[in-house]
Amino acid sequence: MPGTSINLGLAHVSDRLLVWTVVAYALAMLGYAAEFAFDRRAERAKDPRSRRQVSSRAGLIAVGLTVLGWALHVGSVTTRGLSVHRVPWGNMYEFSSMVSLVAVTVFLVLLARQRVRFLGLFVMAPVVLYLGLAGTVLYANAGPLVPALNSYWIKIHVVAAITASGAFMVSGVVTVLYLLKERWERRTVSLGPGAAAAVEVGTPPTESVPEARRGGLMAWLPDAARLDRLAYAVVSFAFPIWTFAIIAGAIWAEQAWSRAWGWDPKETWSLITWLAYAAYLHARATAGWRGRRAAVLSLIGFGCLMVDYYVVNTVITGLHSYAGIS
Amino acid sequence: MTDLADTPIASPEDTTALSTAPAPPQQPARGVARTLRYGWRRLTSMRTALLLLSLLALGAIPGTLLPQRGLNPVKVDDYIAAHPHLGPLLDRLSLFDVFAAPWFAAIYLLLFISLIGCLVPRIRLHARALRRRPPHAPRNLLRLSTSARWTAADEAARIAAECSRTLRAGRWRVDVSEEPDGAVTVAAEKGYLRETGNLLFHVSLVVLLAGIALGGLFGYKGTALVVQGQSFANVRSSYDVFQPSRLYSDSSLAPFSFTLDRFTAAYQPDGTPENFDAKVSYQPRPDGPVTTSDVRVNHPLHASGANVYLVGHGYALRIQVRDPHGRLVYDSATPFLPDTSMFASHGVVKVPDGLPHQLGLTGFFYPTYVATPAGPDSSYPAPRDPVLLLAAWRGDLGLDRSAQSVYSLPVASLHHIANAQLSPGESWRLPDGTRVTFVGVDQWATFQVAHDPGKNVMLGAAVLIVTGLLLSLRVRRRRFWLRARPAPAGDSSRRTVVEAAGLARTDSERFAVEFSDLVQRLGAPAAVTTEED
Ligand code: HEM
Repeated sequence: MPGTSINLGLAHVSDRLLVWTVVAYALAMLGYAAEFAFDRRAERAKDPRSRRQVSSRAGLIAVGLTVLGWALHVGSVTTRGLSVHRVPWGNMYEFSSMVSLVAVTVFLVLLARQRVRFLGLFVMAPVVLYLGLAGTVLYANAGPLVPALNSYWIKIHVVAAITASGAFMVSGVVTVLYLLKERWERRTVSLGPGAAAAVEVGTPPTESVPEARRGGLMAWLPDAARLDRLAYAVVSFAFPIWTFAIIAGAIWAEQAWSRAWGWDPKETWSLITWLAYAAYLHARATAGWRGRRAAVLSLIGFGCLMVDYYVVNTVITGLHSYAGIS
Repeated sequence: MTDLADTPIASPEDTTALSTAPAPPQQPARGVARTLRYGWRRLTSMRTALLLLSLLALGAIPGTLLPQRGLNPVKVDDYIAAHPHLGPLLDRLSLFDVFAAPWFAAIYLLLFISLIGCLVPRIRLHARALRRRPPHAPRNLLRLSTSARWTAADEAARIAAECSRTLRAGRWRVDVSEEPDGAVTVAAEKGYLRETGNLLFHVSLVVLLAGIALGGLFGYKGTALVVQGQSFANVRSSYDVFQPSRLYSDSSLAPFSFTLDRFTAAYQPDGTPENFDAKVSYQPRPDGPVTTSDVRVNHPLHASGANVYLVGHGYALRIQVRDPHGRLVYDSATPFLPDTSMFASHGVVKVPDGLPHQLGLTGFFYPTYVATPAGPDSSYPAPRDPVLLLAAWRGDLGLDRSAQSVYSLPVASLHHIANAQLSPGESWRLPDGTRVTFVGVDQWATFQVAHDPGKNVMLGAAVLIVTGLLLSLRVRRRRFWLRARPAPAGDSSRRTVVEAAGLARTDSERFAVEFSDLVQRLGAPAAVTTEED
């Protein structure tokens, strides 16, 4: 029987590790910010090379801190699981921690394969925020699972849901960046080819080109087309997993509640999320919809995912309401 | 990246479309047939699919915000009572039955008609593409964004042969042809599984819907309460609640039966449930072998095509009633229905025959009795200190007049005799000499039996949906062309001019790398002109 005794010592270790995880991630975030700041200054400095070195060193340190934070994070969820003798995703707090862990993992895997260090700042910021909220607002004491959750399908179903959600989080971040960059590119072009060129080669912009001046961060980001492809790549990784999560959930529901699908609010919002991302995938192949409008659909999908996890669990109650905060 | 998705349905000549996605419909000329065809094209266009997908998602939202009859009819009634103006209006729009609403059905049926209409031509095109040779090289290869040009000493035919060998080894589909001007071209394509996966995915969606429909038309489900030690036989009269589907017939009830041998529940110290277990002896046919099995919360019994789920439990109290002469007139484990999570329960005993008057008992049962300022209650769900509070009533129970619940008594028309508090083993003597004995505590369990003939179809479709998606989203479809043209007659260098180009719809970064690897293996210098926009 799981949960007959809870190891409070280990549960405490898990909590401490999470605090250190947040610290490491926050420092990493600063590192990524420093990388950007020094890189920008290097463009104007007399001696750009030394600035560039500082910049890339800051970036490397930030990556190191991310990996360190990731290891602490793995330690935190592992000790949590050991302390309650079960999988560490039984309530909203544990769940949010796992989703952030997946998001960081996806980022690190991307980093190993592509040049995506620019994403560091934008992935770490929401992760730090999310973990902060999870550790305070959503925090739930270590405890065992209710019988309905005590099945190996929950492991399959929830692992899939968490993996997909962590990846959707990363794609959401990239999509926001895409939308910003896309708008910036349109505006810069509309200012005339001179302005765009000035920004591209990194000439110090003059006061008369305010758009280009504001484009510091924007100019630094990869071009919109690449961001769009990156967002699509992450969604196309996450979407089949989300599909599988819904199916595994239906199989579990069939065993636990005697019906595969019952339009319970949680099930329904998972389907709405799925439909929104399916619409996004379609939009990318539909004339007049690809680009900005498709990106908006993808963000709507992410919004639905958040509703699925947080609004449904707290405001709308259904059979899944055991996942609540208390 | 060259934009390919916009291109109309791949015609045999079309070299750049890598998918069979339908093209946006063009405005038709006049005429009824033309208009109809235009309408059909519209319905089966990507834009319509997109619209209907979004509408379906939007339409589902009210079903999660408003109470739904299918989930909780009581909440719906409460809501309508609390909103006398809005409630009936919402009800008329089926907003309390969203998932059974005609407008919701209209959206998904249209979506699936659009899907089928879109799939049929796409499957045909793809089948043709699978049999066809890779499309010919465009005239000007260097116009494509991923392209390269170099010169080589080898003859054009040898370069082409070498190229086709390399590509075949990499499992490309290759076609070599000679052009009138002496140039030799190689056309190759790879990743057909992407489109196959996409079509498999969409077809499986239709199969999934068919599976759902099958269950909705031919399935049944019902619940029955079984007291420990008693049996359940799968006939319609055994059910307390029975929900047949539209085309159900009694012949779909498999003739199985089972006996509830033992029910156990385990709780945590604070009374939250930890584990339930119903041990049953199961017989697939009246003369079949008996096997024992455990039915638990996540572990239904698979009974000849139906599943038997444990959905609830409670206490059945063994109560005996003897007439003043000591003759037994009532002896039964009487199910009590739980009212609280600690299983404070209520129940009724009806003794219509054997006594001078009809006798009724209303009871409240507390598995772990505590007296609170608000009255008696139970502090733990297991029977640690069971107490039964009884009230005896005399009069006409009205059993012959109207169907009534076995859990209630028409006390308004009865005469109250006396009250008692009993522990297991205790007896209570009524003023007229009738003796009521609380013999002991048994348990009951409720089982839901569900038969869904579409289940395996749905499961199969689900597996194919995921398989199709993985293929469709992971496999990259790409084309490659090479043209080797002998040097013009007057050219003293005598070198063959080689041009190569490639096209990929997704993941162009990876394709650019693959392309430059490929052309380098074919003899291009390292600094090959691959560019990207
Ligand atoms: C039940 C409704 C539908 C759902 C849930 C759905 C879902 C999806 C999903 C998730 C994808 C992306 C994955 C993949 O490429 O396989 C996709 C792609 C596609 N769907 Fe659908 N679809 C539906 C209906 C339709 C309809 C009616 C059409 C016909 C217009 C259609 C045409 C396509 C095409 C052409 C693609 C490939 C897009 C590309 O080339 O990237 N789908 N669909």
